[in-house]
Amino acid sequence: MSIFVDENTKVIVQGLTGSQGRFHGLRNRDYGTKVVGGVTPGKGGTDVDGIPVFNTVKEAVEATGATASFIVVPPKFASEAILEAAAGGITFIVCITEGIPAHDEAVTFNRLVEEFPGVRLLGPNCPGIISPGKCNIGITSGDIALAGGPVGIVSRSGTLTYQALHELSQQGIGQTTCVGIGGDPVPGTNFIDCLAAFQADPETKAVMMIGEIGGSEEERAAEWIKHNMTKPVVSYIAGVTAPPGRKMGHAGAIISGSKGTAQAKMDALRAAGVHVCLNPTEAGQKMVEIVKGL
Amino acid sequence: MDLFEYQGKQYFARFGIAVSPGDIADTVEEAVAVAERVGYPVVVKAQVKVGGRGKAGGVKLANDVDEVRLHAGNILGLDIKGHIVRRLWIERSSDIAKEYYASFTLDRPNKTHLGMLSAQGGVEIEVVAEENPDAIAFLSIDPVRGLDLATARRWVNEAELDEAAREQTAELLVKLYDCYTKGDCDLAEVNPLILTPDNRVHALDAKVTLDENASFRHPEWEEFRATETDDPREKMAKERGLNYIGLDGTVGIIANGAGLAMSTLDVVNQVGGTAANFLDIGGGANADVMAAALEVINSDPKVKAIFVNIFGGITRVDEVAKGVLEALERVKISSPIVLRLDGTNAVEGRAILAPHLSATLITEPTMLDAARRVVAFANA
Repeated sequence: MSIFVDENTKVIVQGLTGSQGRFHGLRNRDYGTKVVGGVTPGKGGTDVDGIPVFNTVKEAVEATGATASFIVVPPKFASEAILEAAAGGITFIVCITEGIPAHDEAVTFNRLVEEFPGVRLLGPNCPGIISPGKCNIGITSGDIALAGGPVGIVSRSGTLTYQALHELSQQGIGQTTCVGIGGDPVPGTNFIDCLAAFQADPETKAVMMIGEIGGSEEERAAEWIKHNMTKPVVSYIAGVTAPPGRKMGHAGAIISGSKGTAQAKMDALRAAGVHVCLNPTEAGQKMVEIVKGL
Repeated sequence: MDLFEYQGKQYFARFGIAVSPGDIADTVEEAVAVAERVGYPVVVKAQVKVGGRGKAGGVKLANDVDEVRLHAGNILGLDIKGHIVRRLWIERSSDIAKEYYASFTLDRPNKTHLGMLSAQGGVEIEVVAEENPDAIAFLSIDPVRGLDLATARRWVNEAELDEAAREQTAELLVKLYDCYTKGDCDLAEVNPLILTPDNRVHALDAKVTLDENASFRHPEWEEFRATETDDPREKMAKERGLNYIGLDGTVGIIANGAGLAMSTLDVVNQVGGTAANFLDIGGGANADVMAAALEVINSDPKVKAIFVNIFGGITRVDEVAKGVLEALERVKISSPIVLRLDGTNAVEGRAILAPHLSATLITEPTMLDAARRVVAFANA
């Protein structure tokens, strides 16, 4: 099984007529994802390579029965797009947009929770989600993933997610689902959401968790793992050598004062029984070892 | 983006927050002119983005023109924890009856805003939090609802500020919250917030960090950007639109993706090297980007070897390889380059590079192998 999405998930792309939306939307469709529509205000009635375009999310949902949306719009329109998706009947939103102001994210997240409690937002600023062989929403290259499980992946970083997929796939180890939660300070879906879903998924036998400096989500995840997770978890945390006070590329990747260091995160995870590895290659090898021993 | 104190105060003033009258000065003569204008006594304050200025001799009281000359002369050029003082802020000295602390920041785990208010200001809030946590009144603010005056009034009562300061502080807090949200701050901190003997409340210091993601709606931030960094490498990288952070080591790093770039720093460190920089070239690793990246790294005299670490996802490795070759034709690079190319079209990419490989242009199959090789060069 996969988490959050599967082979039946119908997806619309908000921003399908833009160059990024078209590129990634069509790649997702080519992968086998049921991309059933696009949304661009003013372009309703047209199509992108046969995919019908609608003026609003509501119209798209009514016409196609879509439950998921892939948002590929510029930062200043992203918050509005997220709320429109939720109001239009979408229950799973993937927003890859990078560069949304933190205050907008905070307001949007709280409005979603209050007004649309059943809706899950993945991202913003994330690579998306791929359930190999079933559904790929986002910008992950489908060919580095391998279907069939048994590993679930959850990661804050895009390229390190690819690295993890690649290391496992090369060793013949498949993935149930790989979720990129994104590197922003207010992610819609966090580590614990994904760990809980993997713990509940019978086909996922082990989880790879990739974190980075900044915030305390990894520490919270460690606490959750300690009390709830029975499946083995392998983890890698990027940024051991990152200097304090500097944003390391991601808006959320910053050590503030003494908070958010990689060392504190690794210590917390180790104390929760997680296999903490010092680089992505080592994490891949450890996971191979664990899966072979299952 | 962190602001200097004087910029933070100017930013506060835009939102109606009371600060001391003052101005900037880059020379002793300018300092004198400002002091004469605002009136004695004045405080001469070093403008550096680092804490502990007072202890380092970067903040001095001046009662007359001779003292302004003396202190301004001493402080300009002073090295405070590696930051050279190039600019001063001269402001009218305030009599202080009480020092408080106030700040707003994002409470990441709870996805709300966090206000902190304390009757114990003037010292680092981390120290207060450690030694006397009850002295801080925390307020969780729903970003949708914001902060109103009634809540701010309850909050100053809870923080047990002096009676005379409460109403003015409550009003100031609402303005500070406005500055924090409408001004798109990651952090807006006043330490100390003071009560004067004649019962006026105002911000004696300002620590502001702006959220650069919001710069599209703040054209006025351009002036802050001009003074953002002193590091010539970072200035050069910024001009070329690169996501670069200068460090002190000898291995120049180029990677695609922030996570991979961070991870590259870590791996170089693990095998005994030190990184000269963080550089994420993002998704579009074409020849222009690669040339710009190599140029910036090549300009760093400490760099002894360069590590190009690419994992192609959307980025295609064959495009990266072409970019590297094109860049090498444009830029003369003095250090050896070790590449690790993986992911989408890696085989094609390595094939493109193969005829050009040499003793100073090397590929390695894995990140670890490449790190070992590049560190061997750097440490040789």
